[in-house]
Amino acid sequence: MSVRMPEADSAVLARRDGIVAALRSIVPGEGVIASECEMRPFESDGLTAYRQLPMVVVLPETTKQVSQVLAYCHGEGIKVVPRGAGTSLSGGALPLEDGVLLGMAKFNRIKDVDFVNRVVVVEPGVTNLAVTNAVAHAGFYYAPDPSSQIACTIGGNVAENSGGVHCLKYGMTTNNVLGCELVLMNGEVLRLGGKHFDAEGYDLLGLINGSEGLLGVVTEVTVRILQKAECARAVLVGFPSSEDAGACVSAIIGAGIIPGGMEMMDKPAVHAVEEFVHAGYPLDAEALLIVEVDGPRAEVDHLIERIEKIAKECRSMTCRVSTSEEERLLFWAGRKAAFPAIGRISPDYFCMDGTIPRAKLPQVLAEMKKMSAKYGLRVANVFHAGDGNLHPLILYDSNIAGEADRAEAFGAEILTLCVAVGGVLTGEHGVGVEKRDLMPVMFSEIDLNAQQRVKCAFDEKGLLNPGKVFPVLHRCAELGRMHISGGKLPFPDIPRF
Amino acid sequence: MTDILKPRDAQEVEDAVRWALGNDKALEVAGQGSKRTIGRPSQTDLTLDLSGLSGVTLYEPAELVLSARAGTPLAEIEALLDKSNQELAFEPMDYGPLLGGAADQGTIGGAIATNLSGPRRIKAGAARDHFLGVTAVTGRAETIKSGGRVVKNVTGYDMCKLLAGSWGTLAAMTDVTIKVLPKAETEATVVIEGLDDANAALAMAAAMGSSCDVSGAAHLPDHVASWFDGLPKPEANTVLRLEGVAPSVKHRKETLAALMKSFGSVALLEEKESRALWRSVRQVKPFAVETARDRPLWRISTAPSKGHEIAALITPAAQMFYDWAGGLIWAAMPFAGEPDAASIRHAVASLGGHATLVRAPASLRASVDVFEPQEAGLAALNKRVKEGFDPKGVLNPGRMWAGV
Repeated sequence: MSVRMPEADSAVLARRDGIVAALRSIVPGEGVIASECEMRPFESDGLTAYRQLPMVVVLPETTKQVSQVLAYCHGEGIKVVPRGAGTSLSGGALPLEDGVLLGMAKFNRIKDVDFVNRVVVVEPGVTNLAVTNAVAHAGFYYAPDPSSQIACTIGGNVAENSGGVHCLKYGMTTNNVLGCELVLMNGEVLRLGGKHFDAEGYDLLGLINGSEGLLGVVTEVTVRILQKAECARAVLVGFPSSEDAGACVSAIIGAGIIPGGMEMMDKPAVHAVEEFVHAGYPLDAEALLIVEVDGPRAEVDHLIERIEKIAKECRSMTCRVSTSEEERLLFWAGRKAAFPAIGRISPDYFCMDGTIPRAKLPQVLAEMKKMSAKYGLRVANVFHAGDGNLHPLILYDSNIAGEADRAEAFGAEILTLCVAVGGVLTGEHGVGVEKRDLMPVMFSEIDLNAQQRVKCAFDEKGLLNPGKVFPVLHRCAELGRMHISGGKLPFPDIPRF
Repeated sequence: MTDILKPRDAQEVEDAVRWALGNDKALEVAGQGSKRTIGRPSQTDLTLDLSGLSGVTLYEPAELVLSARAGTPLAEIEALLDKSNQELAFEPMDYGPLLGGAADQGTIGGAIATNLSGPRRIKAGAARDHFLGVTAVTGRAETIKSGGRVVKNVTGYDMCKLLAGSWGTLAAMTDVTIKVLPKAETEATVVIEGLDDANAALAMAAAMGSSCDVSGAAHLPDHVASWFDGLPKPEANTVLRLEGVAPSVKHRKETLAALMKSFGSVALLEEKESRALWRSVRQVKPFAVETARDRPLWRISTAPSKGHEIAALITPAAQMFYDWAGGLIWAAMPFAGEPDAASIRHAVASLGGHATLVRAPASLRASVDVFEPQEAGLAALNKRVKEGFDPKGVLNPGRMWAGV
């Protein structure tokens, strides 16, 4: 598959040798990679359908080097694509032919573990799970837990505002980050926030979270940590229809219960998973719900009892409560293996990531069934039921001519449907290149221009990760112009006192 | 007297801003104006009064979402949520009495634009963390939307975060969508008596670091303790709130009380006293009473362990108490007309965080920085962001910083 990227600058490509030499003078030794075979591992991120070799890869180790690399590229008009572990599912770290790929993997130190203030200061190349591992001995953990947490980095989590299965109760990355050090494209180093709450001035930290590497390169992050709950238990509930499962989710929340995690799977997903993991999922259920509550034992037992009762009232066919930690983990093992389980039954699959108002789920699933017939491709669904984040997995075989394109069209139609029912294009995977050209489905040109003006405030030359998020790029000078048509408009008919 | 423009709908807000742009007028953006005196004094020609944009447009309790026109009274929203046993979990404080006005004023738009929060900030976040979607008119007279009505959304930049806490300087919000949450079934408070500020910080850190899920942690030194409601003794009280279902609160109360015994003598407040206490903490009651209203008031956010160190650098004649496990200091200075900005700024600069002069006469707010002064690079970036939204300075110009 191909996606249109900003046209490569032939003048930059012609100067490649000089650029590589200049970068080597900033980052000596093995920190600059310029041979084709050594650059190959960087040609794509988790969205492997799109590949592109960068012009050169740079792996800096210090903020000063990052600042110097960016300042040099800024001066020379060279594009830069930042990258963490490269687990993005939306192509956010897809290299550019004429761009420097700035790999942050060497920023792998945990700088400060501060239990008194319940924060950890890390470099952006530290993995999500490593933060938890660094504080687990004292009973603490870092709450956002994307499925890729063993590999994905905190810098990437900030760029994508990563979530996970527990974010209904504990928030996403943006709710768990207190500060960062940020290098702008011109090399300026800024500090946002710290170990305290809220911004002094505009909430630029809130803006950086989820900005997909377009505004700056993060070189240090301060995250909050929490004490682990005393215990957790899960309930596995099978339903005869997705309507019943959806009604159960609403009833649980309506009863004032916010579970630590609440996941739904449809029948195709349940079958794929059960064959793979043997978690004991009910195969006759049309929809399966996993509800987990955490807290002190007294609270967990009390809530589990109430959830069981609600499930019964919502026409559940089966209802199993975990009686041991092993059983709870087994319930989750199936859900967590959903993607590889699908990978087992299909040569290729696309993982989509829309969010919908939860009440629209039956309608969206029914429409999806029709689309599945229309495109001749199977689809399985896993769903963060608490927050409406839907992951349809479209099964296809790239060796069969036309299937990949059909899968792509199928995906686009699903996401368009998500927006039409009041949802959004992406809940946690990011826009990247994958959903870039669908942005006008959700935003007007005025909306997108306003967002690009924010980009201009950080990177007026548009050199940092161009070609991602925005379908059409405008020059900042053009965006800055005012078009006041009504300069001398008669005063409108607005009440005036 | 300032002219007031009172649009009846979102289109009229856009018209008003366009008119102001074309006629070189600056607008004071306001809801009910309950927080109008926070910030540098307004240098505007007219007031854009958004209180006419009122009404809840969507409320789905099971989806935990509510949409309203930006000028909807906060009290109306809280009353509606209460019927479904839900609430604004960020526990927005009421600046009204603190600023010499009436209680229970203010709009949802104002709460978001000033990024309000309360004692539950430490657990549930501030307005910014609950702000899902927005429609707003920028200083270019363009109507933009961002976000949506779903909790999980990373489509495009998070403009909601940028508008939350922007004090109306970037755009005039017309419609907002927020996340709402169930109310806790009950609550209780564990009180540790007689601690000094430093030991209180240690006790609060231990409580926050426990698995007791504390949803409010404040230290109320003896010189202000008598102003708070629900406390057993008017001496220094370190108070820790627990919320949730009854069996859980009971269990955690016992666990936390046992844990806190090593710090000092422990007392317990049941639901009624606990609610009264935290309402008075949320409303900053000692400094909202008539006799305290002349005192310039600072709100300082810092790392929890630094709160008492900052306090030690401020004149002993100031009255203070701590929220957010020590990370939020409310400091009322002893003399009207003397905010002692130099010592506050010095303390914050050396220990980290930021300070806002939330209450002082207009003449003072014109001459000293109200918001934390920023390092040059960050100040320039904030200015560029402002210019992107409002290049001609039509919306609340100079409210946060001169020239921005």
